[in-house]
Amino acid sequence: MLPFSFEWVWDMGHVVFHGGLWYALSVIGLGMTYCIIKTVLDLKKGDAGHHH
Amino acid sequence: MDSALIPKGVKRCPTWQFLLWIGIVGAVLLWGVYAMLLCWIKGLNQTNMNDYYGFALWIWADLAVIALGGGAFFTGFLRYVVGKDELKNIINYAVLIGFICYSSALLILAIDVGQPLRSWYIFWHANVHSMLTEVAFCLSCYFGVLCIEYIPLVLENRQLDRVPFFHRLGHNMHEIMAIFAATGAFLSFFHQGSLGGVAGVMFGRPFAFREHLLVWPYTFFLFTWSAAACGPCFTLLITHITEAITGKRLVKDNVKDLLGKISGWMLGTYIIAKIIDTWYWAAVTAPSKGFTLMEFYSDNAFYGIWILVTEIVICGVLPAVILMIGPLRRNRPLFLSAIILACIGVCLNRWVMVLQIMAAPVMPFDNWALYLPSWQEVATTILPVAYGIILIMISYRYMPVFPQEQELNPVVE
Repeated sequence: MLPFSFEWVWDMGHVVFHGGLWYALSVIGLGMTYCIIKTVLDLKKGDAGHHH
Repeated sequence: MDSALIPKGVKRCPTWQFLLWIGIVGAVLLWGVYAMLLCWIKGLNQTNMNDYYGFALWIWADLAVIALGGGAFFTGFLRYVVGKDELKNIINYAVLIGFICYSSALLILAIDVGQPLRSWYIFWHANVHSMLTEVAFCLSCYFGVLCIEYIPLVLENRQLDRVPFFHRLGHNMHEIMAIFAATGAFLSFFHQGSLGGVAGVMFGRPFAFREHLLVWPYTFFLFTWSAAACGPCFTLLITHITEAITGKRLVKDNVKDLLGKISGWMLGTYIIAKIIDTWYWAAVTAPSKGFTLMEFYSDNAFYGIWILVTEIVICGVLPAVILMIGPLRRNRPLFLSAIILACIGVCLNRWVMVLQIMAAPVMPFDNWALYLPSWQEVATTILPVAYGIILIMISYRYMPVFPQEQELNPVVE
């Protein structure tokens, strides 16, 4: 649920529950986005990483 | 036939033998899938649940696999956040077992909701006063984290690793794994705890109700604690079973010893807290609700005081003592007994906190509600076991799950 949903109420329950959910989803989403972008940039630079 | 997919420097059984076992376990899996489809197509009347007894056998299985899968978050926490480097040799397997346990838990919940097409309601029309909402949020997010932790292992497959993008991606994911592991530990803390909290807040059922610390009943902390203690024991147990089946040593003794020792101390401190909690509940909480301890353990054919003694003494104190004391822990039969007892203990605890709660009478005119699960419940409870065995077989065959396998089992050309 997002704050623009008609069911949303600005109270502690909604903020804590959904804040935790969005925090976790953000870390997962941003983390994976970072990995994918870094991989593409590494490959463009010609670093396939097989020397590791 | 599939030798190009098998990791270099390790030996695997012939393809026909692998496929034969996949077929045998797959037959059990199909039986479970058939029962699952019956529950989805015909409805929950396929179970023996009723208005009085609203938790099927699979809810116990759900809580048990979540507790046993706790090895993934706690081992990940120890490896990536605390920095116990030796655990890198067992973390892959802990993640794989956690992945199986949590995907099984989600599958069980999908059966339990009866109408899985509406599963998204819990996110969009969330009841923020329900601990189970928190469980659903954390469980699904943590499953995402486990997928992220499992993907690099899949990408290390010999053929996938040859693709530069996959190779580099796996490497980059490893680099920031500590962030994912810390997020996983945060999510696990809350969903393990909230599963315990569900029982502890039931003030209408004195067998379950516990005193609170702020908004959290003590069962909240006990559930997280027990999962962190017994989850690694389950990882060690499955490792032992895998070693016995493959006839190989896959993890060095010092790694098992370290994880066993940490589990032992976690279990020891947990069981002290559990004893204090049980004593306070028996002496203060339950009497304040009009019950004596023995009323919860008498007048029925199954739930005697034996279940409390077994959970706390035989499957709690005993394995904790064995795992905490070095010479006892280094005795292989005792070590194996301790990790088996710890796993049984946490499953028994979840049984009591899910099924005995439903069975114990509340009103003076109530009777014990003992129930037998239907075959559909049994089949859907066995389904995750078959699925787990198949996924372990495939992962072990095609991925370098155990980094020390090659060193411990040199292949003579």
